[in-house]
Amino acid sequence: MGDLWSGLTQAFWLVVTLDSELVEIALRSLQVTLGALVVASAIAMPMAAFLAVKRFRFRRPVIALLNALMGLPPVVVGLVVYVVLSRSGPLGALGLLFTPTAMVIAQVIIIVPLIASIAHQSIRDLWQEYHDLLISMNVSQRQKMQTLIWDARRALLTAALAGFGRAIGEVGAIMIVGGNIDHATRVLTTAIALETGKGDFALALALGFVLIGLAITVNLGIHWLGRTEREGRW
Amino acid sequence: MIKALFLAGASIAVGTIAQAGDVMRMAVTTSFHNSGLAEVLLPAIQEDLDLEVQLLVVGTGQAIKLGEAGDVDAILVHSKGAEMKFLEGGYGTHRREIMYNDFVVIGPKADPAGIADDGSAAEALQDIAAAEAAFVSRGDDSGTHKKELSLWSSAGLDVATFGGWYNAVGAGMGAALNTASGMNGYILSDRASWLNFGNKGDLALLYAGDPVLFNQYAYLPVNPEKHPHVKHDLAISLEEWLTSDRAKELIDGYTINGETLFVFNAQQ
Repeated sequence: MGDLWSGLTQAFWLVVTLDSELVEIALRSLQVTLGALVVASAIAMPMAAFLAVKRFRFRRPVIALLNALMGLPPVVVGLVVYVVLSRSGPLGALGLLFTPTAMVIAQVIIIVPLIASIAHQSIRDLWQEYHDLLISMNVSQRQKMQTLIWDARRALLTAALAGFGRAIGEVGAIMIVGGNIDHATRVLTTAIALETGKGDFALALALGFVLIGLAITVNLGIHWLGRTEREGRW
Repeated sequence: MIKALFLAGASIAVGTIAQAGDVMRMAVTTSFHNSGLAEVLLPAIQEDLDLEVQLLVVGTGQAIKLGEAGDVDAILVHSKGAEMKFLEGGYGTHRREIMYNDFVVIGPKADPAGIADDGSAAEALQDIAAAEAAFVSRGDDSGTHKKELSLWSSAGLDVATFGGWYNAVGAGMGAALNTASGMNGYILSDRASWLNFGNKGDLALLYAGDPVLFNQYAYLPVNPEKHPHVKHDLAISLEEWLTSDRAKELIDGYTINGETLFVFNAQQ
């Protein structure tokens, strides 16, 4: 109980005094997570629309696989990315291991199935509604996908936020591929793991509260920007 | 709106951190990092050499793996057997001893196994085994873990035959100390990690001082013949710094609660 309370007060002071180290790792957390989110959304959303519109032989297995991959264990993803990016691995020459880029790569792999699955669900519902209209207008496959993505944008925002939530709280994979290097790849979650290891529970909790606060702020910010709860449907 | 979000995200993703001076990577053991000495040495290195040393804090086993794979430029570890194998495999150019500290046996203040007045580390471990008192082992192939295993075998005991009181947690020094604190058990720790540990609970330092608990840290640059990309010249200038009088002064002068932690013993 004492740790919890001193964690809260410490978190308060860290934020109020804009502790330079805290700001640095919080910004890196955001940089890595938002970077991964942008890349993952750019892959997952067109993929979801494609799966809704296009009929092909392995469509159902692909969707089932995508759903199953939502449960991909991050630590295994981290390990695979590590082995591939290691200097003695196939992409070792790129020298990406222990850089923020490696962390983005791992997170993209973790959140693409999640975003694609949620996005596919809502785009499919919308497709049932739009099917006859779009067919009668004789639009191309590409135009169908564009229309669906644009008109499902609110649901896609939810999909993206789910991806954001999974990525920002992730520690197993980015610890392995980032290495938790001070001033280079240390982010909030890996810093929490480190402080816990030192037995400094108060500071670890303080960082945890900051992480939760950050996630809430970003979510509220996006909702406010997107006016989700206003103007009915856009 | 979505486009604006997209651009904002992309600009954050692209924004890279400008770095001045040279950068090299060194794998160090958790016990070294937990001691807090790195926070004294790294700024001094930055100042003297304009060299940013990025630390990967891992167990000795993983540190050696990182060196073998060429993912770091040098390693600073404390397990002579593993270091020699590393050199035999041609992964490192040479081994340079830098400093030492010592291991200590931590346990519950009440000391149910009665090790506090024992004459040797082997005797202390035999007492713990005889009392079947809870014992936490690192179990992660680290230098500390290897030391612990060698101590058990020199005490004439086989870890494989131990019962439920022996807990191999497979974690770093801090996490293992947390576990020991939680179950109020015995554990072998390096002195530095113990002094810096914040969650001592009911634990206390019970046994120290046997010369076999001596813990030698050595610096091994990764061989550029195996991995042409490693920054060997930076690794060498770091070695020169680590064995200099300036480093000697900082290492010998580093204390926690008035206790000296490390003794500089590099051949200059």
